[in-house]
Amino acid sequence: MRRPFKTLYEQDIRFWRQPSARWWYGLLLIALCAIPLVSGEFYVGELAGLFIFAIAGVGLMLLTGYTGLVSLGHSAFLGIGAYTEAILLSRGLPFYVTLPAAALVTGFAGVAIGIPTLRMSGLYLAIATLAFGSIVGTVLQKWEHVTGGFDGLPVKSPFLFGIKLDGPNGVYYMSLIGLLLVIWLALNVLRSPLGRAFVAIRDSEVSAQSMGINLALYKTISFGLSAAITGLAGGLFAHYVRHLAPDAFDVLLSIQLVTIVFVGGLGSLHGAIFGAMFMRLLPQGIALVRDDLPNWLGRMPGLEPSIFGLILVLCIMYEPMGINGRWMKVKAYFKNFPMHKASAFRRQKSYAKSERLR
Amino acid sequence: MSASVLFSVTDLGIRFGGIRAVEGVSFEVRPGEVFSIIGPNGAGKTTIFNLISRIYNPSTGRLHFDGKDITETPPHMIAGLGIARTFQNIELFPNATLLQNLLIGRHCHSKVGLFSQLAFLPSVARAEVEHRKRAEEVIAFLGLQRHRDSLIANLPYGVRKVVELGRALCTEPRLLLLDEPSSGLNVEETEEMAYWIDDIKKDLGITVIMVEHDMKLVSAVSDRVMALNYGRILAMGTSAEVQSDPEVIRAYIGGEP
Repeated sequence: MRRPFKTLYEQDIRFWRQPSARWWYGLLLIALCAIPLVSGEFYVGELAGLFIFAIAGVGLMLLTGYTGLVSLGHSAFLGIGAYTEAILLSRGLPFYVTLPAAALVTGFAGVAIGIPTLRMSGLYLAIATLAFGSIVGTVLQKWEHVTGGFDGLPVKSPFLFGIKLDGPNGVYYMSLIGLLLVIWLALNVLRSPLGRAFVAIRDSEVSAQSMGINLALYKTISFGLSAAITGLAGGLFAHYVRHLAPDAFDVLLSIQLVTIVFVGGLGSLHGAIFGAMFMRLLPQGIALVRDDLPNWLGRMPGLEPSIFGLILVLCIMYEPMGINGRWMKVKAYFKNFPMHKASAFRRQKSYAKSERLR
Repeated sequence: MSASVLFSVTDLGIRFGGIRAVEGVSFEVRPGEVFSIIGPNGAGKTTIFNLISRIYNPSTGRLHFDGKDITETPPHMIAGLGIARTFQNIELFPNATLLQNLLIGRHCHSKVGLFSQLAFLPSVARAEVEHRKRAEEVIAFLGLQRHRDSLIANLPYGVRKVVELGRALCTEPRLLLLDEPSSGLNVEETEEMAYWIDDIKKDLGITVIMVEHDMKLVSAVSDRVMALNYGRILAMGTSAEVQSDPEVIRAYIGGEP
């Protein structure tokens, strides 16, 4: 493990852990800003989708990866955010009001589901949120005069200061800014008492409580914050797809979001981004090789979900720390080469408590 | 309430279904003393701790701390009042570093608002550095410097026990509840624990209530001892008095009724 040489207390709460990170992330940002100038519309659109799923991934990561609360209903938050955005825009509100409103409304929805499920955890919470997800899905279908029902809802083009932010490039830059904002927020949460309280609740509720952490309050905050971030992703998603249909926000989408945080690596923001990359790139990868596969395999219905499922299972069995865990191990291997220790990442298992998420 | 009593329990009782886990227990703890609770397994010692830290609601009786009735106080407010505790089977946060664990102990002193934390305003950063300084004092007091950035999951049991003590000290308590501080420790570590409890009493001036089985540790550090059996008080007094009490001997090793 890397031990930074610390000489100031402030070093622990700096935004950039290592000074060199500033340059690497700066370079990455410049490259991302330049992509629409040099690349085709298809790739720009795909990347915008990746950013939107990364935002939702960060939102779910705060709830599942850091607070330890499983949610199988996050598609509902994505849906509430998307529909709020589309409905408010169609009522003539300006874009700079509708997008924050989408996040805010979804945040309140998160608080509303957070409060009745305060005493639940694990499987029970998963089932309760699953039920919430299907209720919201049904409401989106049946509340026809507001949501348009199965006919769907067209999303008006957003205008910001007279500039039309439409087409792949507009959505791309909006999503990039949204993702940067959300990562900044999440990093702030994680280096302040709020993030520590989340981790405390995840690791031991009873001692979190006796350290003065109000479980009900902080679980509700976690739900609200996670929902608000996912709602922001939903608002951007509305512009990404440009025509909302209720069946887009089904259980499958929730499971995709859960896959993002599990395969990416629970308890790390990098994991949420890696997970979103995996989630968006795998279908494209399958589409690329599909024609070269033998006919019985390439034309098999349900090939994509099967591969997703297989990878999720393999990931839980062999790399519980997800892509981010693997990435850290590879980094450590090259950093310590040739003095690599196979046991460097092995944890003591003797006090592991199986009912807790880790 | 007289000034020489920091914490008092009157007629405390709790029933779990038909079982009377604790019944009619009353005691007073004076400021600056180490008060030990001993008794055979299942005597209700940890139950009393869970009642004091408000994890359980008592069926009867009142709890008073520093002249205030805390019988109705919600459990997350207890730490803020100045009562900290440790757990028998370590309840640390295993996937966080030692330093983060201690900083969670500072939580009850955190007064920054939700939105200033989301934006990480300079006021939050200043408060964090202040918390860090306090945590560092505890690290220095307990000699935990070399484990500062280790994950709890990677630390040996003996060190975890000390970390839990440190986390409780980080809340700046006036009353410290130690639930079996020596369980799982070897002879040397138990001796070390005795010195720390003595230091906590003499240097930090913190009042301690301790549940303990190791009689050597109990007689080394306690000012007064209370013996329990089946949720009732058997004897109270100095360590020597309680150990020679015929009722206590009978409860531990049996004998003529």
